[in-house]
Amino acid sequence: MIHIRQLHKSYHTEALSLHVLKGIDLSIEAGEYVSIMGASGSGKSTLLNILGILDTYDAGEYHLNGSLIRNLSEKQAARYRNEMIGFVFQSFNLINFKNALENVALPLYYKKVSRKKRNIIAMEHLDRMGLKEWAHHMPNELSGGQKQRVAIARAMISNPKVILADEPTGALDSKTTEEVMEVLTGLNGEGITTIIVTHEKSVADATNRIIHLRDGMIETETRKNNGIHETFLSPNNSTL
Amino acid sequence: MSDQLQEIIDTLKKNKMRTALTGLSVSWGIFILIVLLGAGNGLKNGVMQNFSSRAVNRINLWPGTTSIPHNGLKSGRNLSFTESEVALIRNEVEESRQITARMNSTQTIAYRKEYGSYSVRGVMPAYFDIEKLIIGTGEGRFINRLDMHEENKVIVLDKKIADLLFRNEEPLGKQVKVGQLMFTVIGINSKRQQWGGPNAYIPFSTAQTIFNPNGKFYQISFTVDGLTTEKENDYFNESLRSLMSHRLNFSPDDQQALWINNAQKEYVETMKIFGGITLFVGIIGILTLIAGIVGVSNIMLVSVKERTREIGIRKAIGATPMAILKTIILESIFITTFFGYIGMMLGIGLTELINFVMIQSTNGKPVTDEPQMSVFTNPTVDIGYALFATIILIIAGVIAGYLPARKAVRVQPIEAMRQE
Repeated sequence: MIHIRQLHKSYHTEALSLHVLKGIDLSIEAGEYVSIMGASGSGKSTLLNILGILDTYDAGEYHLNGSLIRNLSEKQAARYRNEMIGFVFQSFNLINFKNALENVALPLYYKKVSRKKRNIIAMEHLDRMGLKEWAHHMPNELSGGQKQRVAIARAMISNPKVILADEPTGALDSKTTEEVMEVLTGLNGEGITTIIVTHEKSVADATNRIIHLRDGMIETETRKNNGIHETFLSPNNSTL
Repeated sequence: MSDQLQEIIDTLKKNKMRTALTGLSVSWGIFILIVLLGAGNGLKNGVMQNFSSRAVNRINLWPGTTSIPHNGLKSGRNLSFTESEVALIRNEVEESRQITARMNSTQTIAYRKEYGSYSVRGVMPAYFDIEKLIIGTGEGRFINRLDMHEENKVIVLDKKIADLLFRNEEPLGKQVKVGQLMFTVIGINSKRQQWGGPNAYIPFSTAQTIFNPNGKFYQISFTVDGLTTEKENDYFNESLRSLMSHRLNFSPDDQQALWINNAQKEYVETMKIFGGITLFVGIIGILTLIAGIVGVSNIMLVSVKERTREIGIRKAIGATPMAILKTIILESIFITTFFGYIGMMLGIGLTELINFVMIQSTNGKPVTDEPQMSVFTNPTVDIGYALFATIILIIAGVIAGYLPARKAVRVQPIEAMRQE
């Protein structure tokens, strides 16, 4: 599903140049449940943004579902984001003047699905998230957990192949964190490749594969086999 | 398209404050523009109206007193006209068109028990066009050539005199006593005098016979054609003075022997000043338009800039840059057109209202002897120009919305989403 080779990314400012990703090699197969961990500044969110085509990379190769993601036109990138990827963000990123139903239905607007049809589909997804009663509430009337479930419903509405979640529980309490992780685990159980960036061990432990980043390189990888986690040191600290 | 329109209307409805503020700014800009243009037009129309009350190509001649000895004659001679000077001008002055001799006599005009002392003018038929008198339908006629030829005792009254003498009676066809003679009322002039009191008009030939047996009179008015520049008018005045000096036997250099009032020359000079006023009004219009463009552009710029994060979110869930741009531009067009139209209509409404009030107050005002010079008339704006200005502001608003939107859709979605 996802294959990246020698991925590099730097940010340049007037004062300095920051080499954030220093040659990442990573393969994630369809249906995997993966978490990416690391300290602040280790490059985990940058990696997720590149995987989600929200950001570009400087060097290396990134194949998504067999297609090389490089030098895409804005239109192509938008199509990939709309059809292949569902995003879940720490700060939810709901549009504050649209109600829950409209937020969930929005990706279908860009797929030119009729208003009536997209509202029916959005309501089904909200129902799955247990939020049918809250469909016509504005984001500021929802709790953090409800907002995140609306965001997950929005991510799911286009039937994506991959869910990318950047600190999805970062703004939630422990009980709500459990609820959200249940939802994400359930989605992965339906065969959707799920990648979560987190710094919470309890969240990472819920996944089957944990990738540890350090200073822009993969340091170790932990895989769960029959409920037991086994950790492997990355060769050269950068390649698996 | 209807789904997109619905989406735009939803967005505008749900951002009531932003929509209202943007709309208010657009409406206000266009409203002020229309009102200022109206004020400029009012000034322009006021000046024009003052000229239109009498023929602008009018020349008035008054004989004076000689100040230079000439051909053995002493200075200090009082000059006067006779009908032969009228014929001279009619035949010898190429540029002359309509001509009238004028003589004034103050007489008591009486109808039954009502009477008053008024200026009675002996004039020729051309006086009507030269002074732009107004005789409406059903209000009779002016003096004609037959009246002149037969020295008819007919009279045209200014409306004020008719109202005072006849009260509620119909004046046409009635006999009024002018001095000791009876005259038939043949017409009512409803043009109010800009200067002086109301007048009555009788045929010049009749006036000469009755009031002026020596045949001398002191004013000739005529219109001219083909004098468009100040220089041409100066030359014409000199030629006219020279012609009249031969006839009346005074020195052509004697400025006090003949007074020439060339309205055409004044008109040309005033038009020069008026050109300055037009330029001034034009500059005000352009500056107001620019101020409007800046105001509308600014609000659209701010409005789009605060949506950068929303643009990032929309991109993240699959919106193409073109789809976002299209939405923002359509929103800009919708807001600027809708609110611009409101501003334009309010501006036109206000200028029309002011015009209506001005007309009403003029109509309701009794006929008076006060001068009726106006500096501000019909402060309305041509609808074509109002539409043009509104369209310019709409285009400016759309461009101002487009530029930051284009910038916002070009940045990576993750960058846009970080904006607050």
